[in-house]
Amino acid sequence: MGRSLLDKVWDLHSVRELPGGQTQLLIGLHLIHEVTSPQGFQMLEDAGLSVLCPERTFATVDHIVPTDLRRRPLRDAQAEEMLQAIEHNTKRHGIQFFPIGSGDQGIVHVIGPELGLTQPGQTIACGDSHTSTHGAFGAIAFGIGTSQVRDVLASQCLALARPKVRRIRVSGKLGFGVYAKDVILHIIRRLGVNGGVGYAYEYAGPVIDRFSMEERMTLCNMSIEGGARVGYVNPDDTTFAYLKGRRFAPKGDAFERAVAWWRGIASDADAEFDDEVEIAGGEISPTVTWGTNPGQAIGVAEKLPRVEELPDGDRSSAEEAYRFMGLVPGRPLAGTPIQVAFIGSCTNGRISDLREAARVARGGKVAAGVRALVVPGSEAVRVEAEREGLHEVFTSAGFEWREAGCSMCLAMNPDKLVGRELCASSSNRNFKGRQGSPTGRTLLMSPAMVAAAALAGRVADVREVMK
Amino acid sequence: MSAIRAERVSARRGRGVVVRGNDIDTDQIIPARYMTSIRFAGLEEFVFRDVRFNADGEPKGHPFDDRRFRGASILVVNQNFGCGSSREHAPQALQRWGIQALVAESFAEIFFGNCVALGILAVTAARDDVARLMDAIELDPGQEVTIDLDKQVVAWRGGSAPVKMPDGARKQLLDGSWDAMRTLLEARDATLVRIASLPYATGF
Ligand code: SF4
Repeated sequence: MGRSLLDKVWDLHSVRELPGGQTQLLIGLHLIHEVTSPQGFQMLEDAGLSVLCPERTFATVDHIVPTDLRRRPLRDAQAEEMLQAIEHNTKRHGIQFFPIGSGDQGIVHVIGPELGLTQPGQTIACGDSHTSTHGAFGAIAFGIGTSQVRDVLASQCLALARPKVRRIRVSGKLGFGVYAKDVILHIIRRLGVNGGVGYAYEYAGPVIDRFSMEERMTLCNMSIEGGARVGYVNPDDTTFAYLKGRRFAPKGDAFERAVAWWRGIASDADAEFDDEVEIAGGEISPTVTWGTNPGQAIGVAEKLPRVEELPDGDRSSAEEAYRFMGLVPGRPLAGTPIQVAFIGSCTNGRISDLREAARVARGGKVAAGVRALVVPGSEAVRVEAEREGLHEVFTSAGFEWREAGCSMCLAMNPDKLVGRELCASSSNRNFKGRQGSPTGRTLLMSPAMVAAAALAGRVADVREVMK
Repeated sequence: MSAIRAERVSARRGRGVVVRGNDIDTDQIIPARYMTSIRFAGLEEFVFRDVRFNADGEPKGHPFDDRRFRGASILVVNQNFGCGSSREHAPQALQRWGIQALVAESFAEIFFGNCVALGILAVTAARDDVARLMDAIELDPGQEVTIDLDKQVVAWRGGSAPVKMPDGARKQLLDGSWDAMRTLLEARDATLVRIASLPYATGF
């Protein structure tokens, strides 16, 4: 019987079985950022330990960096303290750091792939739940808590239970105006926000095979919103072509040897899975969340579900979500006025996302009363977008063009919703208070849909706009 | 935060506090804007901040502000508690507020792992049993609730119910190996050997 990629990578990195059935798993790449690492370093130093593998550890700043004025010291004293802490810690422990203005800074899940650090067959950990993004390369990548950041710093290992694997095949073809973001929102809607607990998701099938690396990253990124800590796509020629020539990717003959090894870690054709799900690509439409968890979503042309149509277990949270969102069951979501539009995040802040959004924004005007923000995922994305003139498309349409960072994805920097503002957002979470105002409201959708909403001033079907 | 302590956690007893609702995510437990400190100390002040207080700082009547639950150390919740971001600030904030154990219908996976890493006893129970326990605590908040991890049971005045925890985590708490760093470092040499065997770590 064949083996899945998860099994192969797991076995390659298993140092030993721990009493209690967990595996001591070696972490091949440890990415750190300013918010979840300082306490980890502190605990490490309290225990009198140093970093075991500084050469397998890389750092950047993303969560708290302002996206307008990045002059030091930062206006926010606590943010400045965090920046200084990561500068100090990386220097002291000999860890490579990609700071603001280096040209390499950006959201940790954007720069890892960009720099060629993320590679097939690796185990990757980072103190951020969207680490699953890196699974797009056929890596086993997952988010960890701060104590675990400390564990990896000290031992380069984690104690983990091997997850089961569910293969999700997306068959057929996607319709016009349907993006990777819609695919993952659709999957979460179908399988539920808890459907993936205890599982790694292997995404496969013709739609995924045709996806670019950036689309695969969007897909794997939100595995965690479906409850799966790990999501991955088997590496293929698309993966290798993306990696070729990147700074930390192998060069010359080593690259050829790497490709041979990478091919070998993909799931075998006769691999068996703990569960298999088939999704028809043609049935997916541009999808928008209406509630306060990412599974509360509908196709943009659908009407908001009536509470009594929902499964028993979902009704009370739906009622609560309707109250919070101020939306009415049975009505269409399309046409709902928005006040803020946010394009960015590790889900959809890459160059292809900005190109799609710009395609919609080109020649248009952001509706009166709408505040619209475009925040590139990294300094490199920003440079490329400016080279292509996308920033002018956005600014002349009335969008603000910002510096790289997490920004309004979680609003730990100055970019925040105000009061009950409703935000069309290309990010990944619509939890209450996520975008910086306790009563602020979020509608998750693809970047093209966000651009369409910004111009219309209300939730709009991007298929109509792009016609 | 002090260094490695590996206390054996086999039981917790104390007064209970009930927070009802499914899918209570980590943004509710500790809003991101309180995560800008490089220390965990002081987080307890902001636990459940946005569900406890309105924009003017007026209490909204959350159980954590209910005098009857003052001093509670066992938190009883419903489904999928702790979903959302991986922030350990959430269990840190709860622990620093005084919570030593949780009983839920279910937990989000990362949140659960973070609880184990802090030595917080987090067990699940059947929906009906959670409902009975919640009612009992609300009726008589002064009573003592006991969670026995060895026997896998939660007991309160006039009732008890079976509780569960995945074997690996349960064993870690029982034998004091929940503080993973010490355990992992035992295999330091084997780890370095394993790294040297990985093509990508040695330039292919
Ligand atoms: S963009 Fe959002 S989800 Fe991604 S790393 Fe930043 S805060 Fe986390």
